[in-house]
Amino acid sequence: MKVLVAIKRVVDYNVRVQVKPDGSGVAIDGVKMSVNPFCEIAVEEAMRLKEAGKATEVVVVTIGVEKAQDQLRSALAMGADRAIHVTTDAQMQPLGVARVLQKLVDEEQPGLVLMGKQAIDDDCSQTGQMLAAILGWPQATFAGKLEIDGDKATVAREVDAGLETLNVDLPAVVTTDLRLNEPRYIKIPDIMKAKKKPLDKRPLDELGVDLGPQLTTTKVAPPAQRQPGKKVADVAELVSELKERGLV
Amino acid sequence: MSERDVMAYDVAIVGAGPAGLACALRMKQQNADLNVCVLEKASAVGAHALAGAVIETEALTELVPNWRDNPPPICVPVEKDEILWMTEKGATKLPMTPPQMNNHGNFIVSLGAMTAWLGDIAEEAGVEIFPGFAAAEALVEDGKVIGIRTGDMGVGKDGGERDGYALGIDIHADLTVFAEGCRGSVSKQLIKQFELDKDASPQTYGIGIKELWQLAPGKGSTGLVQHTVGWPLKSETYGGSFIYHLEGDKVAMGFVVGLDYKDTYLKPFDLWQELKAHPKLADMFEGAELLNYGARAIVEGGWQSMPKLEVPGAMLIGDGGGMLNVPKIKGIHIALRSGILAAEHYHEKKTSEGWDGVLRSSVIAKELKKVRNIRPGFKWGLYGGFVNAGWETVTMGLSPWTLANHADHSSLRKVSEGKDQPTPPVDTGIKPKDRLSAVYYASTEHDEEQPVHLHVADTNICVTQCAEEYDNPCTRFCPANVYEMVEEPAGKRLQINAANCVHCKTCDIKDPYQIINWVTPEGGSGPNYSNM
Repeated sequence: MKVLVAIKRVVDYNVRVQVKPDGSGVAIDGVKMSVNPFCEIAVEEAMRLKEAGKATEVVVVTIGVEKAQDQLRSALAMGADRAIHVTTDAQMQPLGVARVLQKLVDEEQPGLVLMGKQAIDDDCSQTGQMLAAILGWPQATFAGKLEIDGDKATVAREVDAGLETLNVDLPAVVTTDLRLNEPRYIKIPDIMKAKKKPLDKRPLDELGVDLGPQLTTTKVAPPAQRQPGKKVADVAELVSELKERGLV
Repeated sequence: MSERDVMAYDVAIVGAGPAGLACALRMKQQNADLNVCVLEKASAVGAHALAGAVIETEALTELVPNWRDNPPPICVPVEKDEILWMTEKGATKLPMTPPQMNNHGNFIVSLGAMTAWLGDIAEEAGVEIFPGFAAAEALVEDGKVIGIRTGDMGVGKDGGERDGYALGIDIHADLTVFAEGCRGSVSKQLIKQFELDKDASPQTYGIGIKELWQLAPGKGSTGLVQHTVGWPLKSETYGGSFIYHLEGDKVAMGFVVGLDYKDTYLKPFDLWQELKAHPKLADMFEGAELLNYGARAIVEGGWQSMPKLEVPGAMLIGDGGGMLNVPKIKGIHIALRSGILAAEHYHEKKTSEGWDGVLRSSVIAKELKKVRNIRPGFKWGLYGGFVNAGWETVTMGLSPWTLANHADHSSLRKVSEGKDQPTPPVDTGIKPKDRLSAVYYASTEHDEEQPVHLHVADTNICVTQCAEEYDNPCTRFCPANVYEMVEEPAGKRLQINAANCVHCKTCDIKDPYQIINWVTPEGGSGPNYSNM
């Protein structure tokens, strides 16, 4: 079974995100970029499936700027067999991404698509669901545990009430949650190997996918600053403070 | 236990800063067939780089001749120099700028952005750069450095193996170049082991704190380079601030304090915050936003403190070799130049042998020798220092004497002398409020499951001798609040908040008993600076 893993290049999770002064977006010049942590978990899971003999080939794909190649190389260093880079400088939106992935799924015919449950930059959590819908495939989102048995997958989903177990027929789309696994450390020899693995560049406009923007970003603003709290000496002061502010 | 991987390179370079990258690139420019790798402990090239920084561009032009067509992302020509002499309430603009501090023709850059840019150029030339891998130790065999060993990943707090544990690898190389920057941790081992500093004056340092600000529209003055001296530092303490105006109302600013300071109660971070609130400066921060914070030690010993720069199989270059021009407050052009020269030496001689002599008869030596007596002259205080600097400048460093340096860890006065008093915390209302909130702007990260990378040889000294003699200066000089003395029913205890560390190395330098040893944490740990 071939596994297709979709990954996204995002601002590293350690970086303090800064909104551009003109409110047009988040400043990314000179900022460290990484593989979205949920996507990294998806790559790791694919590698574990391959090491367990359940997957035969792991193909990793991303859509984005030239530099997004660095993220594909990271995934290749983790062990993926080859990469597809759909190149574009355009801002992508979930439905557009799903349509591009649909096209690649048609070409590659994987038995399983793995992807992060959401990207830590826009927190949409839509692409996997949309992809499953337009493919007409089953979906199992927020996977905390994944088992493959022949042409079926058992997925424990992380839901508010605990874990929900689903059985789905393959092929399917599975999106990965935080507790699914702990991604491995990359070693230098693996980085060297990754440099020699095939990376296929596909300009986005040659794929013939309708991206028609569904959304327009009007303004990006940082969350309102929280007012500093105040320590009160006793209950009496607390009550009088609350009264003063009309809260009781 | 799994087997340790071994990789072989012609040249292995430790540190992807300006010196290391210049060296790597020059190696490939001279011989494209050479296998060159660069190890970098930061998670990305440039993520640990921190400097003012105003640069002279001669060495850069030699290395990347067409850099002006494709300049580093942040690169602003200097338009104007100003030096302000501060007093508590006022500030006087000096009528003239000392010649070393004239920046006509120089550029303001971000060292972080510049090294990332240079890293891309080096990679295009075929250099293999491995960010996220820390050099843990030099591999020495029969008195010769044969390469380096990278740190293990996934080690637990107790030293055992965690899930995903990965043994470090050995990189064997015909030549290993140490370009670790100021107080490099492997360079330090090497200097000790090979007694490279036995004929040198003790090395001295400064601590630099830097902040990047986005001012309100129209408040910046692109290309303006300002420096301050004086208040809030006492005359006996060397230091000052820098305020460099970039494009788009962004300003890179910070504060440097010589680590030969004597007052054990001195708090570099608090002094800087006080200076920002000075009536002449505070206005700048109205409607402004803090973008980034960081700190790094600076090498200040100059010519007389440079260790021997070679051992069999290895060379030291850049700040790691002590090369910084203090009166100019610049080291990047020298770092680049030393990288170029080191590569040229190896290309010609195929050995590290003779490198020390080459460097000591180079233009770098000429530059450093000329100003060698200026920084040490500030032991006579700010005024004496300026008089001496004037003399040294007029005579172009031809004085027949060379002033000695003294180790920074030995300069503190004891509490018992009664000269120094604790100072209350400073809260000026300008960000960052304190060191803990400042660290948040450094985006620093250390997996807390890993062992503490700040080794304190004997924590009993902290609670007994140091508490009594110096009242634990580590709790004050650290710009990231790593060290805390915690009062517990059983008595005082040193708490090391290693996860806060911004890799500045000040503790390793200034601790009066020299019991703190800074070692590399897991590769990829530490600050994640953007454009610092």
